[in-house]
Amino acid sequence: MNEKIIIDVKDLVKSFPSGDTRLVVLKGLDLKVKNGEFLSIIGRSGSGKSTLLYQLGLLDQPDSGLILIDGVDVLKLSQKQKTDFRLHELGYVFQDYALVPDLNAWENVAVPFLMQGLSKKEAKEKAAQALAKVGLEGRLDNLPGKLSGGEQQRVSIARAIAHDPKILFADEPTANLDAETAKTVLDTFIELNKSGQTIVMVTHEPEYAALTHRIITLTEGNIKT
Amino acid sequence: MTSDKKQKPWLDRFQTTLRVGFFLAFRQVIRSNKWTTALIIFVMMLTFLNLVVVSGILVGLIEGATQAVKGRYIGDLAISSLIDKPYIEQSPSIIKVVENMEGVEAVTARYAESGKIESDYKKSKKASELSKQVGTIISGIDPEKEDRVTGISKLLVEGEYLEKDDYDQVLIGAFLLTKYLQFESPGFPTLDNVEIGSKVRVSVNGIMREVTVKGILKSKVDEVDRRVFFTDTQFQRMIGRSDNNVDEIAVKLKPKVDPVLIKNQLVARGFDKYARIQTFEEGQPKFLKDIKETFNMLGNAISAIGVVVASITIFIVIFINAITRRKFIGILKGIGIDGASIEFAYVIQSLFYAVIGVFLGVIFVFLFLQPYIAAHPINFPFSDGILVATAFGTTVRALVLFVATLIAGYIPAKIVVKQNTLDAILGR
Repeated sequence: MNEKIIIDVKDLVKSFPSGDTRLVVLKGLDLKVKNGEFLSIIGRSGSGKSTLLYQLGLLDQPDSGLILIDGVDVLKLSQKQKTDFRLHELGYVFQDYALVPDLNAWENVAVPFLMQGLSKKEAKEKAAQALAKVGLEGRLDNLPGKLSGGEQQRVSIARAIAHDPKILFADEPTANLDAETAKTVLDTFIELNKSGQTIVMVTHEPEYAALTHRIITLTEGNIKT
Repeated sequence: MTSDKKQKPWLDRFQTTLRVGFFLAFRQVIRSNKWTTALIIFVMMLTFLNLVVVSGILVGLIEGATQAVKGRYIGDLAISSLIDKPYIEQSPSIIKVVENMEGVEAVTARYAESGKIESDYKKSKKASELSKQVGTIISGIDPEKEDRVTGISKLLVEGEYLEKDDYDQVLIGAFLLTKYLQFESPGFPTLDNVEIGSKVRVSVNGIMREVTVKGILKSKVDEVDRRVFFTDTQFQRMIGRSDNNVDEIAVKLKPKVDPVLIKNQLVARGFDKYARIQTFEEGQPKFLKDIKETFNMLGNAISAIGVVVASITIFIVIFINAITRRKFIGILKGIGIDGASIEFAYVIQSLFYAVIGVFLGVIFVFLFLQPYIAAHPINFPFSDGILVATAFGTTVRALVLFVATLIAGYIPAKIVVKQNTLDAILGR
């Protein structure tokens, strides 16, 4: 971890329609994340943890505020630029693994590489390296349906880190896993972080959050100080 | 924004979009349910057959009639008398020249006169009753030559064909007989109780002869089926024409010989001063051309409905496919896959169904259906229907189907891809 700020959030507001009114989930939130930091976001259900993660990961558009990622004002990007930004700079691990069922392990990991313009051969090689990093070198040709939950989540992690993203976002990555498998996934994150990977993780589990550099707790749409 | 080295020129980006689209589509197709894929391809094949076969049969219905007129009556070249002449002058010279022309396979000359045929005249009748008479064309032919041009001997449905020296024996067209016409019309009177061996009376130019029915012809060509045929030698004597001038000459050409070329050679010899010389195309009745055109339009209209049905089928298939994969489409967009790549994947998938369906349809039409129907024509009341499917027409229909499929595959993919990424991922 170094002192460089890789995520700088200022006065972030996000609301959703709720009947005739709007439910404000993020209420002028400020946040800074350092390069190489492993940050966990905790809070009760409905506190806005995942919503914050989606705003940071450019999967959603806030009502107002500023998000700078590595100095880029990402909210000013067009949809196409955001897609491109996600492709090159960000990685995601979802709670339910979010693998494409028609693609086997290496293909799921390789698709972003193909989109980056690499040849199929290069993409497959890089995908294989990423899968080896998460201990799945022997399961390259398995379709998601033929993998266990833990293995699917590791494929998901491999896909997220394969292209060497600036930030890895993880939305409750252990929620669907048993304790032993969850531990393996957390160990993988810790190893990645040790190699310099910035990770922002939403979790329900205080013991997993305790393994990270910093914990922020969301309550009533803001960070509890 | 991202570093400049990662920005690609639009062409590179376009190629990448296609490559990723193809990568996704290929895997989606090979890993989808085999039975579902087979069913969709089967539907596409049926749609293609609907496009090609329905209009092909409709046109073939008339084409069959046209081919029958050509093959069983007019020939490739028809020579007939000028409007103001009772017969073809210089007939022997014309026939001799035509028979010796290169490219001519066979020639037949016919005498033809209006006359009447009468049956049941031996039955006792009341004073007020007349025997049944039917107006017809009485024709004199050389049986062998006629058969070489029109294959008339194969058109017999009863009895035997004429021989060169037959006397007082005739072939009679089926439409002159009640048992074959099967409907009564004041415009088409028919004879009852006429069988092989029956005696009938034939009157021509005031001369009446009692003759025996030797055979009954059914060609589905009115000009043949409403005639009575004698041998030319007897008929010539009956009508007292000693100059050997005939009324019709039908010419059959060797395969691939251009009838216009033969016609031009005859015209160059000045025979057009004595006879009307027409290729089959010029000589065929206008109503046949009109009906063919009409049926073609009708076929196209039905085909258009087929295209709409195919488009809707593909639309539904792709829409359901895309909707059920909405979450995964969202995930792909979420990890940075261009929406155009995902849309392209669905377009390729649609085209895959169409291409395979069309390919199987083409094989079915050209290797099985068309040869089979050519060998076993469909027995329509007024023609032996064939299937008309030209390479050009089939290609056009295949292209129309591809374009329709492309659009029908693109629209639902576009609808689903443009939905909010996060909503798609979260299934909202």
